[in-house]
Amino acid sequence: MAAPAAIHDNYRRLAHRFGRMHLPSMRSPVRHALSWMAAFAAMTMGKVLANPPHFWTGSMTDFLQLIIAGLATGAIYALAAVGFTLLWQTSQTINFAQGEFVMLPAFFALAAMKFLGLPFPLAAVVAVLASMLILGAVFKFAIVDPLLKQGTLPLVISTIGLAILLREGVKEFYSAEAQRFPSFFPDINLGTGAKGAGGFNVSADQIGVLVVATATILLLSWFLASTKTGRKMQATAQNPTVARILGVNVERMVLYTFLINGALAAMASLLISPIYLAKFSSGETLGLVAFVAAIVGGFNQVRGAIVGGFLVGIIDNLVAAYVSSTYRQAVPLALLVLIILLRPQGLLGRAEERAV
Amino acid sequence: MSYRTALATVALAAFWLAVPVVGPVVAQDTIKIPGILELSGAGAISGTNFRDGALMAIEDINAKGGILGKKLVLETVDTASDPGKARAAMQRALDDKPVAVFGPVFSGSVSATLQMTNEAQVPQIIGGEAAPLTAQGSKFIFRTSFGQNVSMPKIANYLRDGAKVKTLAVVYVNNDFGKGGRNAIMKELESRGIKAVADISIESGQADFAADVVKVKAANADAVFVYINEEESARFLIEAKKQGLDKPLIGETTLLGQKVIDLAKDAANGVKGHVGLTIDAPSPAIADFAKRFEAKFKYKPDHNGIKGYIAPFMVKAAAEKVGKLDAKAIGDALHGMTITPDKEPGILIEATWDDTGEIDRISYLAEVKDGKQIITATLPKLKP
Repeated sequence: MAAPAAIHDNYRRLAHRFGRMHLPSMRSPVRHALSWMAAFAAMTMGKVLANPPHFWTGSMTDFLQLIIAGLATGAIYALAAVGFTLLWQTSQTINFAQGEFVMLPAFFALAAMKFLGLPFPLAAVVAVLASMLILGAVFKFAIVDPLLKQGTLPLVISTIGLAILLREGVKEFYSAEAQRFPSFFPDINLGTGAKGAGGFNVSADQIGVLVVATATILLLSWFLASTKTGRKMQATAQNPTVARILGVNVERMVLYTFLINGALAAMASLLISPIYLAKFSSGETLGLVAFVAAIVGGFNQVRGAIVGGFLVGIIDNLVAAYVSSTYRQAVPLALLVLIILLRPQGLLGRAEERAV
Repeated sequence: MSYRTALATVALAAFWLAVPVVGPVVAQDTIKIPGILELSGAGAISGTNFRDGALMAIEDINAKGGILGKKLVLETVDTASDPGKARAAMQRALDDKPVAVFGPVFSGSVSATLQMTNEAQVPQIIGGEAAPLTAQGSKFIFRTSFGQNVSMPKIANYLRDGAKVKTLAVVYVNNDFGKGGRNAIMKELESRGIKAVADISIESGQADFAADVVKVKAANADAVFVYINEEESARFLIEAKKQGLDKPLIGETTLLGQKVIDLAKDAANGVKGHVGLTIDAPSPAIADFAKRFEAKFKYKPDHNGIKGYIAPFMVKAAAEKVGKLDAKAIGDALHGMTITPDKEPGILIEATWDDTGEIDRISYLAEVKDGKQIITATLPKLKP
């Protein structure tokens, strides 16, 4: 069994190799892709302008409602995306099971309510702790540590396999059907109360999700920037060898990252499940969106993932409203392609570091 | 291990593996019916209900001696709500020359498989409701619930005469079921002078409905017709309540089903519509079915549970009529057949199948009140 220090040197060696990988010359493909995208956008816009939806005549309140709804879901995407970037920065783990990591804690909570008879708030605490243990510590020790020694690719493939295992496991042991999931927030309207067109209606649920998710992200940012442990984690991410020389327990910092990712996934799960319902397959979309958000914002920057999450959430809602629900899943992917072609390091990522 | 020992071991293993092949001497007294169903994916609720209903019916039939002295066995295959997988599963099922096939429930998967059963001349008892399914020339497809060509005129009449609607926002799911329903209702609205002021499609499996509800509100129609699958219906209702949408929400069985009420809870209150099959129907036979189903499977069935339950009884009635377990003969017998509960109690409500496999029976208008579906009117058979 390799010593922890050796494992981490392996992390760095692989990361260094991965970091030196450059995309081939993109000048011609970029032009080609952009011309296709422009043609597609022109066709879509032409179609929409030729037959403008009645909704375009809608009021500013509709637009504001969409922005708030987008921010609320975007904040949840940001939680999952931040987890992506944290794992990447400290351990070069690209976790393609991140969507399932967001799906699973809801079932931890449901199981705690059903089998242990716990009330929802207590079940939520159990879900967070179980996520930190299973999706954080067990994931690191049982899967990431042994497999990273074999290289990045086997680990990536393993996380894809893990995603399938988690999905099918939940389907087998709980149910394939969607489950109702309780909400932390009261079922009240914080808007003007006016019903129908033009009425500005924002639920306590939306505002609650936005506030809790944003507060969680701010707390994490403060923890990373202002506490001793947070700075040690940053040092580990930037240069583990130097961090170790300076006395940082690198292995422990990497473990903390995995535990934080587990907690973030649990928070995202508890916030999104009352809206999406708890279902074994809900991680498929969430994982993809979180991945896109992380890359769009910048895979090597926590703040990039936050911006990416909010951006994807808002764009998703605006496209669904002003273009069509049919295109809503395609637009984040188109955004991903554009970012990879034009700014591989992401909107806020650093170019001098590795690009994804 | 010597070569001979290894050979002997392989021979022994082969013998034990072959035992199940020899075994069917006992199994000849059983009839295997494939159930090609949506047990996971977007149609999991529907497929699971259908399967459990069929299992319960088979248990009831077997307890009374089976069909023509033979016991039934349901062999389910999960299509994962994918038409391609449904087609592959159907091909494997038809290779065994079954007397009938149950499922699929989703119209897209039915559409992908119905020509296969037609060519094999095997009755396919489906849960699909899309209007075009019975218009594709298959002689071996049979519905267990109304097609949209039957249910939409009834809904349109209710919109005009009951809800007094002049303008309507239509929300439909972008799959065969939703598009079929959308096209059928649009045709009926036009002939009744009701204007569709919004035509909004959502995607199967969609989770976030914030933008769609904003669009519905902006349309400011007299009512909203929601024609999407159960899980999406629940999510839509939750979002509609959240955004304070106060227009009447009207739909079909997929909007008023028990699973939708369970998932949406308070958000389902006030929803109205037409239901072809419901466990809340004023019928002692259906009430008894629902009670036994819930006791057995620990959840309340929806209309798909009833569809699944009547499927084996359709095979039983037809097989007993022709006196043999022959797929083609059973299919031929079902055309023009009326099964009544006094002769076959498992059919629950009197039903008639025409020569395209379309079903005719009574139906209901319903409303969700205090988390429960309440029947407000009973509509007669189209051809009494």
